[in-house]
Amino acid sequence: MSDDKRVGIVLVSHSAQVAASVAELAKGLAGGAEAVPVAPAGGTEGGGLGTSAELICAAAAAVDRGVGVAVLTDLGSAVLTVKALIAEGDELPEGTRLVDAPFVEGAVAAVVTAATGADLDAVEAAAAEAYGYRKV
Amino acid sequence: MLDADFFRRWMAAATASVDREAERLTDLDSAIGDADHGSNLQRGFRAVATALEKDAPDTPGAVLTLAGRQLISTVGGASGPLYGTLLRRTGKALGDASEVDTAQLAEALRAGVDGVMALGGAAPGDKTMIDALLPAVDALGDGFAAARAAAEQGAEATIPLQARKGRASYLGERSIGHQDPGATSSALLIATLEEAAEG
Repeated sequence: MSDDKRVGIVLVSHSAQVAASVAELAKGLAGGAEAVPVAPAGGTEGGGLGTSAELICAAAAAVDRGVGVAVLTDLGSAVLTVKALIAEGDELPEGTRLVDAPFVEGAVAAVVTAATGADLDAVEAAAAEAYGYRKV
Repeated sequence: MLDADFFRRWMAAATASVDREAERLTDLDSAIGDADHGSNLQRGFRAVATALEKDAPDTPGAVLTLAGRQLISTVGGASGPLYGTLLRRTGKALGDASEVDTAQLAEALRAGVDGVMALGGAAPGDKTMIDALLPAVDALGDGFAAARAAAEQGAEATIPLQARKGRASYLGERSIGHQDPGATSSALLIATLEEAAEG
């Protein structure tokens, strides 16, 4: 299993701290997560709140093992920037997908699922299913 | 006919206009958004100006495609991918032609506006860029001055609307009574077409 390639996960937030912390949380909660390439892409290049296309592209390239990259986002410009980059066609690795999921819960589900060696479809489905997790 | 020089002049005029109006755009955005629209667009269009000087694309389509790419990369807010998609789709629709007429530009801009609506999910009346852009595209057949007037009217007409997209939509009824910053910057962009035509 350890030689198997894992789906990459990119976490895009308006805040660098949020993206990095959610990446740490998701990896910490998932058994075998050390094999899963996870990269945060938070804030702007200057360290402010916002979205950076450059950071997103760099993060996706860093986690791409050739079996797909799942991108989770918080809101607004994070969503729109990833969509625009995917529509561009040549900025992100082949098989990069914006996953429709809640940011924190979806990230945990995505990393846990990717750690099992699941494919991109399964990672996407697990992350999206996190919307169904009710708290009351 | 409109050649690559016209489109370079358009982008230069847009950069200057955003520079002049950045404070007003940010003020509008501080009322119903996160107070960064002016500074974000200023950064984006300055990057456009730099890229166009460096690469000197030689067709209308290439000018707009490069400009759109820069906006997506550098703006840092939702207006980046939205304006980036507008210009890139418009540029792609213009293809490789070395010159285009106003009717072809209107048709290409319509494709660009369609791209913006698909990306952001906004419809007319949602208090967004679309409320200035769509009337402008409809009026472009009557010339740049007509497009400018339509865009400005469209932007002003967002004042009584309740925002249904983006951060302003969280304000609900409190978004009523403020002119939408995105519709305002869209009107600036359309107005600078006229400046580019004057040479």
